[in-house]
Amino acid sequence: MSIRGKYAIVGLGMTKMGRVHGYTHLGFAAEACKKALEDAGLTKEDVDGLLLNPGPSWVAGGTMSAATLHQYLGLKNLRLSLALQTGGGTGGAMIQQACEAIDAGICQTVVCVFSDNPFSKTSTGVAYGHAGAFESPYGFFGVTASYAMAARRHMYLYGTTSKQFGAVAVATRAWAVMNPLAQMREAITLEDHQSSRWIVEPLHLLDCCLVSNGGLAFVITSAERAKDLKQPPVYVLGMGQGHPGHMRIAEAEDMTTTGAALSAQTAFRMAGVKREDIDVCEIYDCYTFTVLATLEGYGFCAKGEGGSFVEDGKLGPGGSLPTNTGGGQLSGYYMWGLTPISEAVIQLRGAGGQRQVPGASLALVSGNGGVLSSHTTTILGNRN
Amino acid sequence: MSESNEYAKPLPRPDEDSAEYWEAARRHELCLQRCGNCGTFRFPPRLLCPQCLSENLEWVAASGKGEVHSFVVFHQVYHPAFAGDIPYAVATIQLAEGPRIYSDIVGCKPEEIQIGMPVVVCFDDITPEATLPRFKPA
Repeated sequence: MSIRGKYAIVGLGMTKMGRVHGYTHLGFAAEACKKALEDAGLTKEDVDGLLLNPGPSWVAGGTMSAATLHQYLGLKNLRLSLALQTGGGTGGAMIQQACEAIDAGICQTVVCVFSDNPFSKTSTGVAYGHAGAFESPYGFFGVTASYAMAARRHMYLYGTTSKQFGAVAVATRAWAVMNPLAQMREAITLEDHQSSRWIVEPLHLLDCCLVSNGGLAFVITSAERAKDLKQPPVYVLGMGQGHPGHMRIAEAEDMTTTGAALSAQTAFRMAGVKREDIDVCEIYDCYTFTVLATLEGYGFCAKGEGGSFVEDGKLGPGGSLPTNTGGGQLSGYYMWGLTPISEAVIQLRGAGGQRQVPGASLALVSGNGGVLSSHTTTILGNRN
Repeated sequence: MSESNEYAKPLPRPDEDSAEYWEAARRHELCLQRCGNCGTFRFPPRLLCPQCLSENLEWVAASGKGEVHSFVVFHQVYHPAFAGDIPYAVATIQLAEGPRIYSDIVGCKPEEIQIGMPVVVCFDDITPEATLPRFKPA
């Protein structure tokens, strides 16, 4: 029997995010969990499952990060407690694991959480530095450089331009302007994007996502249980993953192909819906380029045509493919894969306020980890 | 004391998989592992063949030839030892044998680099103990 529609996201909690100080990575995670439970109308005692996606600031704390968190929170006698890690793809993967665990009868109510503390002076997370043994001697550092390498290849193969990346940045910022939760609230123009400083060429500052301290959590339980809780349920309809095979971008067979197509195949088949049925897209946007590559992989346009596809601003407010309606990671907040999930939940609850996509009922959510190395797809809906 | 001329950039970190690669570099050889079972070349070096999983391997002197597959230009300082090099380019080189490797392009300004341009290996004795394979226009 299909897992489609049997489980729902029933609670969502987020801390203040951005340049927020005075918390540890554990504190952010704990507060997010608490808020998610309050949002759901549940108590700590209702929770029997915990899934943690640890950000880089957790690394110094050792391998038992989920246990460290459940100890901190006083969650006892859990039937599920795991750290999951596939970078930005993990948000979607946590939804999958939670649904699978509940479906298998292992537990009933799972809290899924991410937190990171990159701005903290006590944080020893250096993962964004990625000092690879065959890269650092040449001065090749950081995740941005690897995405820039892939973006350059896309520009070479397909004639994609920096201005086309800029169209994504401008559209996403326009949504952020309408989101009180977003870190960036001032509109930008294409000229602003083009004149923003180079980070690693061909990526400008405004091609790159934010850095955020903070925590974000959601609660998953059965659709049955969801009926009695505080919020309109957001049902999990389709789930998939796609991992092309590389971790380092140099080892990708094709630097411009992600796991999106493979992941979407599974998710759309499970959900029994088509691309045309999707009302709103929440696409992992660590970089503007990532959005292009994902939309191509999902088949919204042909391979290589992502640039011209986004150029007319269709991703922005009033456009035909509302995407990253909270400002994404580029302009909203960077909580890895939980950013797009959170905005999908808000839209499907009808809680988007000024940025609400009218009648949004079906959301397509992507996760992306490493350097286009891992991909998850989740299809959520407010009807099951 | 006078200012040290110590090399301040990150050094190669040989491990059980890569020791032979870095030893060959010291001899001014670009050596790649070739699978003794299916003949596939691979890089970075590893225990098993990623094609057929065989542990049967040989170290082979590569031609040293390749072409630029993609490249980026750094404009921000990620490591203080590179501050003076900004802006500097790092390329992904597609070696003639198949695998790809990162390198800068010696003697070539960032704006002169083009995807597809042929390159050839050269060797930089960065310290008495370590040599870095680098690439220059062919």
